[in-house]
Amino acid sequence: MMTTNTGRSLEDILEFAETLYHDAALSSVRDWKKTHPGRIAVGSMPVWAPRELIHAAGGLPVSVMGGGDDVEIIKGDAYFQSYICHIPRSTIEMGLNGSLDVLDGMIFPSICDVIRNLSGMWKLLFPEKPAWYLDMPQSFDEIGRSFFRGELLRIGKEMGELAGHEITAEALKESIAVFDRNRALLERLQEHRLNRPWMFPISEVWSVIKAGGFIPIEEHNDLIEEYIAAAEASGRPPIDNARVILVGSFCERPPLNLLRTLERSGCYVVDDDLSLGFRLIRGSVGAEGDPYQALADAFVERSREAAFLYREGEKGKELVARARAAHAEGVLFCAPSFCDPALLDQPMLVEAVEKAGLPWTAFKYAENTGQFQVIREQAGTFADSIKLWSVA
Amino acid sequence: MNTTAKKDRSMEIQKAMLARHYKRLAEADKTGDKCAYTFVPGNLTELMHVFDLLPVLPEINALQSAMRKKSAAYISTAEKGGHSEDVCTYVKCDLGMSRSGNLGPTGDPLPKPSILLLSYTGCFTFMKWFEILQREYDCPIVMLHVPYQADGRPTPEMRQYIVKQLEKKVIPALEEASGKPFDIDKLSDLLRLSARAEEDFVQVLDSAKHRPSPIDAYFGGVYYISPIFTAFRGTESAIEYYEALREEVEERVRQGQGPITPEGELIEEKYRVVVEGPPNWTHFRDLWKMFYDEGAVVVASTYTKVGGLYDQGFRHDPSHPLESLADYCLGCYTNLNLPSRVDLISKYVKDFDADGFLINSVKSCNSFSAGQLLILKEVEKRTGRAGGFFESDLVDPRYFSAANIKNRLESYFQMIEQKRSAAQPAAGDAS
Ligand code: SF4
Ligand code: SF4
Repeated sequence: MMTTNTGRSLEDILEFAETLYHDAALSSVRDWKKTHPGRIAVGSMPVWAPRELIHAAGGLPVSVMGGGDDVEIIKGDAYFQSYICHIPRSTIEMGLNGSLDVLDGMIFPSICDVIRNLSGMWKLLFPEKPAWYLDMPQSFDEIGRSFFRGELLRIGKEMGELAGHEITAEALKESIAVFDRNRALLERLQEHRLNRPWMFPISEVWSVIKAGGFIPIEEHNDLIEEYIAAAEASGRPPIDNARVILVGSFCERPPLNLLRTLERSGCYVVDDDLSLGFRLIRGSVGAEGDPYQALADAFVERSREAAFLYREGEKGKELVARARAAHAEGVLFCAPSFCDPALLDQPMLVEAVEKAGLPWTAFKYAENTGQFQVIREQAGTFADSIKLWSVA
Repeated sequence: MNTTAKKDRSMEIQKAMLARHYKRLAEADKTGDKCAYTFVPGNLTELMHVFDLLPVLPEINALQSAMRKKSAAYISTAEKGGHSEDVCTYVKCDLGMSRSGNLGPTGDPLPKPSILLLSYTGCFTFMKWFEILQREYDCPIVMLHVPYQADGRPTPEMRQYIVKQLEKKVIPALEEASGKPFDIDKLSDLLRLSARAEEDFVQVLDSAKHRPSPIDAYFGGVYYISPIFTAFRGTESAIEYYEALREEVEERVRQGQGPITPEGELIEEKYRVVVEGPPNWTHFRDLWKMFYDEGAVVVASTYTKVGGLYDQGFRHDPSHPLESLADYCLGCYTNLNLPSRVDLISKYVKDFDADGFLINSVKSCNSFSAGQLLILKEVEKRTGRAGGFFESDLVDPRYFSAANIKNRLESYFQMIEQKRSAAQPAAGDAS
């Protein structure tokens, strides 16, 4: 068995990550709070939140990504009509069944009407806890920068009050540095994945990335490094799979078994937007000058193309560029049912992808989908057709 | 039901206003008039008038297509073009229409936009919608981002953010598209006209506090909001329309008359209800009939506030033109958070002395619908009045089930009856 310098084998690392992945009751967060009395844990909904602020307040940033296929919906369905995606109902379920009571506050970023309205539901259902709505700027210029700095400052101030002490500029700079390291490590992981996708299957990569939402960021940085080393050392042989890029899963996540199904049906997912929230800002934020401004600038200048951000310019250009950089041979549009941002974006992205001569296919899922037969066949046929055409 | 058919003067005025507007649009290619496509919530109509840009509102085109029974075909065109069955049908209806000759309600083709003015309040779909249209029309686009009232009130920072965008982005883009310079005095003059019409409009809405209510504030209300929510704010004709409407409504109050329905005046007001959510447009009259056949009158609705909460005191302010536009955008109903929506609906139930409230949950609209079931519970809890819930869609006829909705409404009105009899002392109790 191959082990890393800390002694954890690949199997141990994956078991650890997968346990966290399915830990809907947030036991890791409860454990952390026990060992860090008096400190806060703050949750954030997809896609992106300034986790640096929580960290700088001495708190634990926690990703609330719905219940996946681990939470049985008992009360949540009474809060949402059948034509609304699944993640808000499992999140409400977790709120009502006490799974999220370990959180001292929640951040709801402005990505869609559902998350936006969920922020108001949270205020009504859990009035004793702060629920911050984070209005991300849609003006990608000086005006947006100054507005967003104000938004971050407002949340930072209130976060400090919640934590019982002000967030100092120094503390925020230190937090930015730790998260910059996380961003750099995720980029490194991405490079490894592009070079040797057979060693970095999407189901593993995603559970390792997602683990970062439940443990201290410093530990996550170690985990990524360990995982890269262990996966590289695994000696897994390449197989004749098609290289594809996965698009549309940036919020409600597909079940891990769906990702495994894609792999088994002959696809190497070499890039994706599952992890968009962790990788939204390209490069590092930097810790020079005013840290609030640095965060706002990084967001405005260097955030990636996303369905929920309005940027003038060629739609899909970045997707095509990423596909090219990843030597992807096809695109899998894989969006949650009833997800307005992903599904309204899709036809525009399809146009760009077609123009670039990339084959594509599309299917929908819910976080608790349990049957993958149709997707297996569709992805399998897609992968076969890519392989067929690439040898022709 | 009194079925004497009589066209009110206000209706004639509105008809003439709309005819003139659509004629100008139909002839725009010949006359050189330019137009801007934009949205209802958070619209900047007065600003467009400063540049002589004719407003075209895709939501209105979509709902009119539905009322003319054309939406099913348009939606199908968009779905065949790769648009998901899951998303807002306004978008698909509009897209289908633009791909089928872009014929407006008069049957004439609408002109292509000189600019897409993406100023919107309270719905992310608007943003995607214009991204899609921009590719159809290949024209300039400018966006105004209006922050959400997440904590139940606008802040000075939000206002400043909007004003800066207006000054630095929106106004220069409109100057460019129209070829005309910005004139802040002209804007103030137009806002002064707006405020006059707004005053009369509010009196019309408030008239529903009378018993019987002289208006239906939902089904009738959509006609009353039309000029002020669309192309006519800041015009003399809007003032004329709302003056006439107010006089007619006041006269109905004096006469103790109920609202006008498509089948004449409603004689007996049996139930007074508040409605939350947009109407269904494909079966608008069928749905209305289900209400008036039961003697139900809508005394207040949230849909008639998507283009501004004038009844809660907002007026356009000519002395602070840009700030006033910012406050307007921030304050539309669609930009209120859930707790504020609960407060407002509860207030309507109380202020209009309603028997209860109904929610029309439309499949298309996450902006309205996500959270409505909690609104139902909360408003019931706060008011103690009966809450009801039914589902439909805006412009997709596939999601209108007349039998289901009728059943729901009948049971709802029975529930009000039961509440009433429970509140009455039983015969003989008084002895
Ligand atoms: S899945 Fe899509 S629609 Fe649902 S909350 Fe997430 S982004 Fe919004
Ligand atoms: S989602 Fe609702 S508010 Fe948004 S465009 Fe559609 S109908 Fe209008």
